[in-house]
Amino acid sequence: MSEPAIVADRLTRRFGSFTAVDAISFAVARGEVFGFLGANGAGKTTAIRMLTGLLAPSGGSARVAGHDVASDAEAVRRSIGYMSQRFSLYEDLTVRENIELYGGIYGLSDAEIRERGGALLESLGLTPWARTLVGAIPLGRKQKLAFSVALLHRPAIVFLDEPTGGVDPITRRQFWETIYATAAGGTTVFVTTHYMDEAEYCDRISIMVDGRVAALGTPAALKAEHDADSVDEVFVRLARGQ
Amino acid sequence: MSTATSVPVVVRDLTKSFGETRALSAISFEVAAGELFGFIGPDGAGKTTLFRILTTLIVPDGGSATVLGRDVVRDLWAIRARVGYMPGRFSLYPDLSVEENLRFFAAVFGTTIEAGRAIIEPIWRQIAPFATRRAGALSGGMKQKLALCCALVHRPEILFLDEPTTGVDAVSRREFWDLLGELRASGLTIVVSTPYMDEADRCDRVALIHGGRILGIAPPATLGSDYDQALVAVRGEDRFALLRTLREHPEAASVYPFGAELHFTSRRPARDAAAVAPQLASWLHERGQRGVTVAPVAPGIEDVFMARMGDAVEAR
Repeated sequence: MSEPAIVADRLTRRFGSFTAVDAISFAVARGEVFGFLGANGAGKTTAIRMLTGLLAPSGGSARVAGHDVASDAEAVRRSIGYMSQRFSLYEDLTVRENIELYGGIYGLSDAEIRERGGALLESLGLTPWARTLVGAIPLGRKQKLAFSVALLHRPAIVFLDEPTGGVDPITRRQFWETIYATAAGGTTVFVTTHYMDEAEYCDRISIMVDGRVAALGTPAALKAEHDADSVDEVFVRLARGQ
Repeated sequence: MSTATSVPVVVRDLTKSFGETRALSAISFEVAAGELFGFIGPDGAGKTTLFRILTTLIVPDGGSATVLGRDVVRDLWAIRARVGYMPGRFSLYPDLSVEENLRFFAAVFGTTIEAGRAIIEPIWRQIAPFATRRAGALSGGMKQKLALCCALVHRPEILFLDEPTTGVDAVSRREFWDLLGELRASGLTIVVSTPYMDEADRCDRVALIHGGRILGIAPPATLGSDYDQALVAVRGEDRFALLRTLREHPEAASVYPFGAELHFTSRRPARDAAAVAPQLASWLHERGQRGVTVAPVAPGIEDVFMARMGDAVEAR
């Protein structure tokens, strides 16, 4: 029963003669905050699309929440939540309408949507904003709403694709505290970021370079291994091939 | 005092609203000739509105701004030919090749690639291998370099770059700033905005901007010099438990995660930092926190930004 939340085994994706993801293998434990780093073009997005059941692998395999991403993509998609800072919410729908829309997409009943939606508005302090268009609420609240909406169907794993881009430093830190609290509740968090200080907040990180996992471990272990003071240093060395 | 013509950018009480939203609230600053001047702040701070006003694309509601000695409202045509502008959103033609884009932007300004060759050379060298590729098929970092070439090809006297490194990975960001450093060394005045606080060190001076207001302007090295409360960095085995415990400390002004550490700002004055550190360490030890180290630390740009953000909120 203690199968890891995510297991990738030589997971590969080719586009024509180009190998975007080259036989990557790793496992993410339940309740872990796992940072998935890499330079632009390293293959991160392709890997995430496979892990979320949106793109079929060309080779190898991956199991997410116990389901095979190739043969059971539908079950994978039902077991996960997904949030990216830019595309998650509909700006011209109200806060409540967004909750109802996503609740419906995730297959919740009307009663569940009412109950969980109400609790969510309450916990985020958004009750007075329920009828406000999402486009008009402050960025920090919008971000927390997007995160909560991605968790509405209580998924085993939530994928966060650069969730803190462009956010002020206080809001960014508050968001990470929300991530910690969510992981402490048993939800697995799989997160990408361009902020290297945020990589330090993860339980473990992987760094992709040219389609492969070039480093994998706790931030402390990777810094020790590469004799670096920060994850930023490790990242730059690996990405530049030094 | 400097005359208007020798100071490339002079802004006084500049204000702009969009409906109910105040994008800029009476901001003032100057940019000196040859300076690399950075605006640092999150989305919605007002950076793009400011850059659009300075490049004569929108008109302010109040206050004044001159660029190269010319008024941004009255003299827009005199300004446009002399400034380079790289907007935040990728705005080249994705279906044209790299070289066609560059040729097009040169032609729009009535010049040629050859005439602009000297200034774009260091950047062009890096993208020349892709000259025949469609611009839409370039990687994020390469797109930014091409956009920089297109903003420079008419040999502007000042360059405005709105968030050139947003969404670009840490390595490409460094390369882009290296290029800006080279351009600065050639004497060009550069005004750049970014949401990444760690890029402040690459600028001669930075303005912290949030909610349409400037929270401070200084060279990056002296930004923290008026941080008046004792700041210490705390490390321990269980960071999340440590964070919660520290927030309950009677002298805690703020506690935030900073990479592998936590930054604890005390209500006591900055000169007490050396005394605060050991006291805090034993206080944490008494509360069962393991493997704790506490040391005074110099405030970084994010410490300063967060402190001033808090002040700005309280002042309203």
